[in-house]
Amino acid sequence: MDFFAFVKPKNELESAPDAKQNVPFIPEEMWVKCPKCNTLLLTTDMEENLNVCTHCGHHFRMNTKQRIALFADADTFVERDGEMTSTNILDFPGYDQKLEKARQSGNESVICGVCRIGGVRTVLCVMDAGFMMGSMGTVTGEKITRAFEFATEERLPVVVCSVSGGARMQEGILSLMQMAKTSGAVKRHSDAGLLYITVLTDPTTGGVTASFAMEGDIILAEPNTLVAFAGPRVIEQTMRQKLPRDFQTSEFVMQKGFIDAVVSRDKLKETVARLLKMHGYKEAAQ
Amino acid sequence: MTAYEKVMAARDAKKLTAVDYIAHMFSDSFIELHGDRRFADDKAIVAGLAMLYDTPLTVIGIEKGRNTKERMERNFGQAQPEGYRKALRLMKQAEKFRRPVLCLVDTSGAYPGIGAEERGQGQAIAENLMEMMTLKTPILTILIGEGGSGGALALAVSDEVWMMENAVYSVISPEGCASILWKDSSKAPEAAEALKMTAQDLFNLGVVERIIRQPKAEDAAMFESLKMLIGRTLEKNLSLSPDELTEQRYQRFRKIGTAHLQP
Repeated sequence: MDFFAFVKPKNELESAPDAKQNVPFIPEEMWVKCPKCNTLLLTTDMEENLNVCTHCGHHFRMNTKQRIALFADADTFVERDGEMTSTNILDFPGYDQKLEKARQSGNESVICGVCRIGGVRTVLCVMDAGFMMGSMGTVTGEKITRAFEFATEERLPVVVCSVSGGARMQEGILSLMQMAKTSGAVKRHSDAGLLYITVLTDPTTGGVTASFAMEGDIILAEPNTLVAFAGPRVIEQTMRQKLPRDFQTSEFVMQKGFIDAVVSRDKLKETVARLLKMHGYKEAAQ
Repeated sequence: MTAYEKVMAARDAKKLTAVDYIAHMFSDSFIELHGDRRFADDKAIVAGLAMLYDTPLTVIGIEKGRNTKERMERNFGQAQPEGYRKALRLMKQAEKFRRPVLCLVDTSGAYPGIGAEERGQGQAIAENLMEMMTLKTPILTILIGEGGSGGALALAVSDEVWMMENAVYSVISPEGCASILWKDSSKAPEAAEALKMTAQDLFNLGVVERIIRQPKAEDAAMFESLKMLIGRTLEKNLSLSPDELTEQRYQRFRKIGTAHLQP
């Protein structure tokens, strides 16, 4: 007796159609699922729409290239200090490997440079979530500090687009010191009467929130962006407090008085360009 | 002592707190000043005016409390935005009267709670960092126990930062670091080593200028020599013009860690 007969596959033609076989084959990278409304979006449609869900308006993260393209007039961005990259100063275990992996995204967690925004010459710093979650190490702080010092010298406005998990603990106290250093450079730029606009994007937390991200003359944020000093998990774990709904979203933080405006991505460049001009910055000669 | 033993010593409930230092150094000359003039008085920060010999000082300390009742009142030395705003208010007042500022830091960190977030913990710390950098009066900070991340730095953007020999100063607690990186908070001793958070490590990194021998409560002579050291340093910085002073402070932070930059 063939004991396993009942589990043997039947004739191909007789078998019930497998639900999966009716779905057309789509390569993974061609589509993306919106985490907010669960709609399947064609990646090309989503990218054409500035990485915003065409269905519900959820703002996906942008990489630095997309972010620079969002703000800078075409072909005007010139990077500064682009070759700088972190080293394992404290010999922290595992940091070298983490850096190596992070460098697939770029040289460091921030890209700084000069560009035109609506024709106005502006220093633009864009943080990179792909590089160790935008954490602030010595080089991050140094690049931002140099960007502000350059802007102060050249009397240029600064736009910083933040995204960060906070300080980079693999650099110990040196990462903490970047908060003081960058704040000092922001203060000198400010004392010179120059404009600094911050654009907070998801997530902006920890040491970046407690330094240059919250020091703008004007603080803008994208919708539904996490803006926190202590992130929600830290509060829940250490304080065992249940968090209110929408706690620490940019809308919530604006309501509490710490953000000037929540601006959707399609309006960001126009808003920044208008603000620059309202502060007397003129379109540079081509 | 290992790095983690120093962490434990820095957290020791029996060690002297900010109010002890104030009492031993300034005795009855201290007048406490309360409140941020905006929202509340944060008792995790004790601040006021005191006489150092014949020089008036603004003294700002983070206070953990010396017994359970005090620790509850002081929120275990975890300041809220009001505390940092009180500190900044009094630093601005010190600037107005060109009075030096002494900060005594002992905190596991800024308070990570709902109310603190709602009232702008990050913004309050950021503002202190910015404003302290250009404050036109000398600032000296002494880490007397724990120096916990941004909550400590918010009182440590100073002309000089000193540490008690058993104090620690770090971007994250060793337990937090171990649990995030290695998913195991019992590896805190390894994290404490890796983070380079002891006074000796930080002196070698150029983050602190001086390591101070820990005074004992009954040792009046040690407090006297600490007072003289503070006096000499503040006097030296008082002799600088406001521009020289803030330039020196800016360069102090500007150069930390830059020796390792590549290229």
